[in-house]
Amino acid sequence: MSLRLSKQWVPLNPQSAGQLKGELGVFQLGNENKEVIYIGSAGSRSQFGLRGEITKHLKDAAFFRIEVTSAYSTRFQELLMLHHADFGCYPTLNSESDTAKLGKLSPMGK
Amino acid sequence: MHLQLTQEQDLIISMVRKFVSQEILPLELTLDADADELPEEDKLRLVAKIKEMGLYGLDIPVEFGGPELDMVTRTLIAIEMSKHRAGLYSPCYGVFGGAGLAQLFEANEDQKERYLFPTLRGEKKGFFGLTEPSGGSDPARAIQTRAVRDGDDWVIDGSKIFISGADKADFGLLFARTSPEKGRGGVTCFIVDTDTPGFHVRRVVHTLRSAKYATELQFENMRVPNANILGAANKGFAIASDRLNRQRIPYSAGCIGVAIKAHEMAVEYSKIRETFGAPLSSRQAIQWMLVDNEIDIKQSSWITLEAADRVDQGMPFRKEAAMAKLVATEAASRVVDRSLQIHGGYGVTKDFPFERWYREMRIRRIGEGPSEVQRHIIAREILGSSLL
Repeated sequence: MSLRLSKQWVPLNPQSAGQLKGELGVFQLGNENKEVIYIGSAGSRSQFGLRGEITKHLKDAAFFRIEVTSAYSTRFQELLMLHHADFGCYPTLNSESDTAKLGKLSPMGK
Repeated sequence: MHLQLTQEQDLIISMVRKFVSQEILPLELTLDADADELPEEDKLRLVAKIKEMGLYGLDIPVEFGGPELDMVTRTLIAIEMSKHRAGLYSPCYGVFGGAGLAQLFEANEDQKERYLFPTLRGEKKGFFGLTEPSGGSDPARAIQTRAVRDGDDWVIDGSKIFISGADKADFGLLFARTSPEKGRGGVTCFIVDTDTPGFHVRRVVHTLRSAKYATELQFENMRVPNANILGAANKGFAIASDRLNRQRIPYSAGCIGVAIKAHEMAVEYSKIRETFGAPLSSRQAIQWMLVDNEIDIKQSSWITLEAADRVDQGMPFRKEAAMAKLVATEAASRVVDRSLQIHGGYGVTKDFPFERWYREMRIRRIGEGPSEVQRHIIAREILGSSLL
């Protein structure tokens, strides 16, 4: 598993989101420029896993990409900390409750 | 060993048991199956309740404001506190408070002012940095992080791995080699501020615990003042070793609490689940699993409580603590495995706590010294280190 989520972006629409499986994992939403605007996770209380969570954001973003993982909680935190380390801020659509208790990383490279 | 509980112990245990069943279990049903923290408002509310009960800061010595508890009572509480889904690594979601880093109670006055008291007030957080990529089971020899004296400072270079909480900490206890030729007598414990130039949290280390990660640290030309040595130079291993020995007892108790809860659930389920026209409990295969659970729990409880009693009596307890850690972690793993098996398909879903216990219990046979190291400690105590 690479440190950062670097999979191909997929256009976000009802069809692409509907094709996702109901797995646990993390995802990123991107704007038209494929800049990360939100990092989310599908945990054990998410109905229909990644499909359910990403479908909630159809109006928020232009692209998405996912990573299926049972470590959805720690990976979610890691991606947010990496984003902060890389850009000096958190994604614009993430709430304060997502980031309030996060730590600080100083990863090698970018 | 006298195992009749006193009236006070009985009262405390009933109080904690009631707290877990009335406050923690209902709240836990609303959380993610892997959660290890409560929403802030719930945490504050429950911490206030624990303070009212006089049980906040269980491991804080009485002279620093903690409740005055002997080790047997502390062990019994640890068993009760862990009887829920998150109980193994987050008993009662931390609302009983922690001691911070117990080693700081041995700090000098200046260090206590700068690190211990702010930690006890909840203003600072610390981490414990011992294990390195070169190994954790034999820290005296595995430690390769080097500290070299330079004037009033020490310059530290090296790395640590599997360190919990370092990314959120204000400071940490860091063990480094200061006299390479002296083996275990050449390790020093430094108190390191995490904003020191050269301190890096390089990455998150994901484990079987899906809600809690460890970290990997790197130190590059990091200058730490000589005043930040905890204890004395080259005496750090005793600090680490004392912590590891003592910690093994409540660590074992946490495993027993989860085992008891898993077993209770298996007993209940076996009575209501029917196969081929009869309840599971009528099947000898299931009965024997439950009997083996019962025996595993009883054996590990006795061994752990005996270790605790020896601490209270001021007797040597290194061997007994190692036995408790070995027996409790392995017995509880078997109990969780059997109880999961009895629950069949439900056992592996996130609707029930077994799959989480199953994953997390696997770590317990490695964390705080793996089973093989516990056997090594016990053998050394039996035979004497010169005969090994």
